[in-house]
Amino acid sequence: MTSALDGTIAEFGWLLPLLPLLGALINGFIALAPRLRTAGGQGTVAQREAVADASHLTTKGIVSIVGTGVLLLAFGLTIAIFAAMRGVGLEQPFVRTYASWMPVGSLVVDWGIQLDQLSILMALVITGVGTLIHLFSIGYMKADPGYARYFAYLNLFVAFMLVLVLGSSYPVLFVGWEGVGLCSYLLIGFWFSERANADAGKKAFVVNRIGDFGFLVAMFLIWATVGKLDFVGAHGALAGMSGSAVVVSIALFLFLGCAGKSAQLPLYVWLPDAMAGPTPVSALIHAATMVTAGVYLVARASPVFAGAPEASLVVAIVGAITAFFAATIALRQWDIKKVLAYSTVSQLGYMFVAVGTGAYAAGVFHLVTHAFFKALLFLGAGSVIHALHHAYHHSGRHDDAQDLRNMGGLARYMPATAVAMAIGTLAIVGIPPLSGFFSKDEILSATFARASSSPLGTTSLLGIPGDVLLYVVYALGLVTALLTAVYMTRMLVLAFAGENRTGAGEQSALHEAPAVMTAPVIVLALLALVGGWLNLPALIPLGPVGVLEHWLEPVVGTSARRLAGSTPLAHETEWVLVAVAVATAMAGIGYAAMQFRKPIQDKEHSRADTGFAGVLSNAYGVDAAIDAAVVRPVNVLAGGVLARGIDVGVDRTFSATGRLLARTASFIGSRVQDGDVGKYAWLVAAGALAMLAAFTLR
Amino acid sequence: MIAEALIVSAILFSIGVVGVLTRRNAIILFMCAELMLNAVNLSFVAFAKMHGVTGHVFVIMVMTIAAAEAAVGLAVIIAVFRHFGTVDLASLRSLRG
Repeated sequence: MTSALDGTIAEFGWLLPLLPLLGALINGFIALAPRLRTAGGQGTVAQREAVADASHLTTKGIVSIVGTGVLLLAFGLTIAIFAAMRGVGLEQPFVRTYASWMPVGSLVVDWGIQLDQLSILMALVITGVGTLIHLFSIGYMKADPGYARYFAYLNLFVAFMLVLVLGSSYPVLFVGWEGVGLCSYLLIGFWFSERANADAGKKAFVVNRIGDFGFLVAMFLIWATVGKLDFVGAHGALAGMSGSAVVVSIALFLFLGCAGKSAQLPLYVWLPDAMAGPTPVSALIHAATMVTAGVYLVARASPVFAGAPEASLVVAIVGAITAFFAATIALRQWDIKKVLAYSTVSQLGYMFVAVGTGAYAAGVFHLVTHAFFKALLFLGAGSVIHALHHAYHHSGRHDDAQDLRNMGGLARYMPATAVAMAIGTLAIVGIPPLSGFFSKDEILSATFARASSSPLGTTSLLGIPGDVLLYVVYALGLVTALLTAVYMTRMLVLAFAGENRTGAGEQSALHEAPAVMTAPVIVLALLALVGGWLNLPALIPLGPVGVLEHWLEPVVGTSARRLAGSTPLAHETEWVLVAVAVATAMAGIGYAAMQFRKPIQDKEHSRADTGFAGVLSNAYGVDAAIDAAVVRPVNVLAGGVLARGIDVGVDRTFSATGRLLARTASFIGSRVQDGDVGKYAWLVAAGALAMLAAFTLR
Repeated sequence: MIAEALIVSAILFSIGVVGVLTRRNAIILFMCAELMLNAVNLSFVAFAKMHGVTGHVFVIMVMTIAAAEAAVGLAVIIAVFRHFGTVDLASLRSLRG
């Protein structure tokens, strides 16, 4: 198939995942190679230490340059391909296969990449935001002994993430999907010497297995139904079977996979625990890129979901409930990263509302703006944690550097971070004209529009009409917007306003993060400010309208139109929706600003939350419930029944039988072999006769 | 012609077998084993008349191996005699199972 991109820079698309992979290999080698030895025996101890320090610094320099450099190169290449794509106005995806992977009978899977508007947009976000976060990591991980290992993992993650978004078929996407899961596991448990961190990594891995089961079943179903697994072929074949039970099943199983990777109910439990990893990891993997893979997958498989309105409704409803549920938990979290983690779960819920209602461009738009402002918020939180950690290290006191109760008044000590965090907060809350306002508003008004007239509104789920469900989804989205405003303002106020609660001995050591950390934060703050211009609604024409929507039109346009209503919303209705959304956000901010201005005690002097606040800060006790309902029964079954009963039982039976057999054989053998040569001769003769008889009398 | 040769071979072989099974003197046992080998040699030669040179090759092989075996076997018997003062196999029963 010829494409407009033939012979352009897009031919080098295969380099995109290979560049970070190269970085991972180099950094991995540096991490594994024994520390460079310096010539001993000469000079004073101080001189030798200086030489050792210098070589250590050079190693770190190489790691930083390689780690960030490959990302920058990949980003440059992505921009070049993006420019080429814009230049030619690509209509059909540019697909290149490089090698055969699984030619088994009628199952043919190739290693190949697919470049189209959606995948290049994702690649831009991954490499762009990724570069900024790598840069931030240079400062954040500076003193960590696992510096090279960290960058090796981070590079490897980007490589797999690019495989995920560039893969031209479901199995290749799945390789990236599992690869980022592996890197997520490695980076959550990066400080594995603490048991809790290693356990958090395992939890993420195990919970994701449940989702991956769904993904695999979906792939089996696709292959069993149409016999193809590449996106172009499979989607083309599935488009003709819209509405059939098998397409609905495929969509639902795919969504199970998405729910695992993108932390939707009921598989969200791993994401809050994933905060055990270094903060830049949370920014890159658990906010900006990996967890949005599910949203990408639904948008990528939009022909499947558009052919299964019931499944799309399920996606939207699960997204809305998740958004609301996680937002309530975020209201009462004290760990700054936990607030952001539940916020991420909640915002991912919004994205699923969008892609579930068929507003694929809106979902991807929110994905992009969320990548900007959530990476910004996480990196800002990283700067804060970094500062508090150093302050406690300086004074020698051990206290929680992530607890909001130990912060307060930080705006005085780190003004740049405070301003950036404020921008991030306003963006996620949805205050115009920041990026989050546009993307969230588009999702809410799209949901409202689908409820009033669309194929989704006329379907029904479990006897409940679709339009009722969509109004519920809209209402949940609106309430979530209010909750988002409350918990984000709470976080901002507790961390940056009021009196400082870090400790008298630590205040002098609080300071702004180094430039290598503030620079990426500032860039992200600018992106969070203006990201909305990517896709301005026709209602508010402050520039070119709907750029992102037009850009994604060749990929998701057809599917989006199949689920969209025939009559668009009236301008008056849209204005009302915008006004309601903004008023909700303002109300939330106002309430939280009043509520959380009251002075509070630091962590040491605070009592545990009681009543409903306790339930919220305990995240509804879901972890304990899962522990009681699943983990402990499995442990009992595995340890008591399987290990001690079956394993040991079978083992003992086999050993006893073996021993008995050996003893019997040795008894017989030793009786026969008694040294009597005459007996041997008789036995040989008898044996020869027996054989002769056996052969002749046969 | 071949029938006669085979009959002689069978008689020789049977004498060897009976000797090995009934006699207790190691030297005689040894000689009986040689008798069996040569009985087989005889039938090889007899068959070689019909089936070509392969039989002769086997006979040469057997004679060579038998020579080596005789050397080793006699050496063992001498060693046994030096150690136990007898070559009566019935009395050599120190290996109790």
